Amino acid sequence: VAQAAARPTVATRRRSGIARQEALYGYLFLLPWLIGLTVFVVVPMLGALMLSFTPYSLGRPVTFNGVDNYVRAFTNDPQFFASIWRTLNYALIYVPLSIVGALLVAMLLNQKLKLTNVFRTMFFLPHLIPIVASVFIWTYLLNPKYGLVNEAIFRLFKIDPGPGWFASKDWAMTALIMLALWGAIGGNQMLIFLAGLQGVPGELYEAAEIDGAGQLRKFVSITLPMISPTLFFNLVLGIIAAMASFANAFVAANGGPAYATWLYALHIYFSAFQFGEYGYACALAMLLFAVLLVLTAVQFQLQKRWVYYGGETR
Amino acid sequence: MAASTADLRSTRSNQAHATRALGRTLLYAIAISLGVLLMLPIVWGFISSLKPETEIKLLPPVIFPSRWVPGNYAEVWTTKLFGQWTQNSAFIVVLATTGTVLTAALSGYAFARFRFPGRNQLFALTIATIILPDVVTLVPRFILYYQLGWLNTYLPLIVPYWFGGTAFYIFLFRQFFMTIPHDLDEAARIDGATYFDVFARIILPLSGPVMATVSIIAFIEHWNSFLFPLVILNSPEKFTVSIGLRWFAISPVSDGRPLDHLLLAGSVMMTVPIMLLFFFGQRYFVRGVVMSGIKG
Repeated sequence: VAQAAARPTVATRRRSGIARQEALYGYLFLLPWLIGLTVFVVVPMLGALMLSFTPYSLGRPVTFNGVDNYVRAFTNDPQFFASIWRTLNYALIYVPLSIVGALLVAMLLNQKLKLTNVFRTMFFLPHLIPIVASVFIWTYLLNPKYGLVNEAIFRLFKIDPGPGWFASKDWAMTALIMLALWGAIGGNQMLIFLAGLQGVPGELYEAAEIDGAGQLRKFVSITLPMISPTLFFNLVLGIIAAMASFANAFVAANGGPAYATWLYALHIYFSAFQFGEYGYACALAMLLFAVLLVLTAVQFQLQKRWVYYGGETR
Repeated sequence: MAASTADLRSTRSNQAHATRALGRTLLYAIAISLGVLLMLPIVWGFISSLKPETEIKLLPPVIFPSRWVPGNYAEVWTTKLFGQWTQNSAFIVVLATTGTVLTAALSGYAFARFRFPGRNQLFALTIATIILPDVVTLVPRFILYYQLGWLNTYLPLIVPYWFGGTAFYIFLFRQFFMTIPHDLDEAARIDGATYFDVFARIILPLSGPVMATVSIIAFIEHWNSFLFPLVILNSPEKFTVSIGLRWFAISPVSDGRPLDHLLLAGSVMMTVPIMLLFFFGQRYFVRGVVMSGIKG
């Protein structure tokens, strides 16, 4: 009798022992990542939050000066709002163009043309070129005097002198956006859209055709809702990448001419590594983090209204 | 009456056929022009890298050089420290990529196979780190590396990748492991294999595709990496290729010769390993990118 009563307990105990062992090993496998996240993300971010309330520079003792850095950013740093404005300007033009462009390219590749793989490779290659290499090639192409682009503009439209591109404060932003679009419209976003398009069940289009829907109607009523999760994904990541955009502007124009490509990320960089104001740069980084957090949270709220999950996607 | 309807129908279908053929032709035209447009800078950069130095900046620009100078490539190799930089990049990229693949696999395995308290929250946290771009963590991490005495060493460019890789890679591994049937590990467990045995002897050997995917994408990412090497490394003999090339561009050489032809040759050379990797691993590469977007 005692044995019969004990048996389930042993079994339960063994099962809970297995569960505990499983959990233990789960944490063990996760340990490198947990350590990495703590040491290389959480601790530096908390440290930077603290340093954002100090006039810290390397090798100096830490002394607090309250919210001085933040006050300075909002009241006494002409490049703060100017760089935010530039960055928003860049993002507002670049993000919609890159998303629409990538979607159009993906739709083109989804037409079952012959040689689709060759086209896909050709469209994708610009995305792979290392930033430094692509910027050099583009600064030659866009050289106001000797560049191929201005030569083409001259031959076609007889405009001389052509745009100054990276050498002109009025054209540098345009050049920056062109350079970024070149790398983006056939890149990762496009591949993700393509996969989304290929996941739309053909029956939906057939049913719509029977009901007499035209191309536009099919696109708006079937394609867009069905690929809305990929659209949302690309939009969230695209906005973050645009707000944090650094390398193209830095390598091509070093923030110039006349601050024309001095994006917010460059403002952080120069504050720290040119002017040695690490405490202030920490404050700037925290502000960007807060903005990205809010922007992403807002998008996750808004997506409930327009992103369609379900259908056949896994 | 019936005949005319049939006629009408066949005319209509002929018309539809013609419209479709026209549409296809147009699509091909668009695809070809777009491909040419996007490839143009690459091709032009390549041609220019084979020009004599006097023909890089000509007015009006010439497309093809008067003579081809493959010697630019030999010259760039011995100019400045390009050879050294390439070795440095190779060293960093191999170590960083190995770490990324191994530890992302471990984390992905934990999220795919084990039940433990807080798993879903931790996974959500992993995904949430995607909203932390490098620019945000740059100064905080730079200060950490300063405190650790890691500046101007390769440690910041390698060590973090031995601790969990990146959210994106963990996600790819998790998705792949979830498709491997549980029966396999359970059978091995009953035979007395430890969790590590199961991982190393059963799961990893089945994970060739995802390992290839993550290796290729991580290799390209580390090879192209710019921001962290830029702030971490400050002695020229320690530079990576990307930082070296930029330094090459902004620092005039002693005898004042224009270096544009070498700069272009260097840019092309830097791109070659990436291109090779992409061509041979295209299938894996594309699969990885696509998986990230599905159910993003």
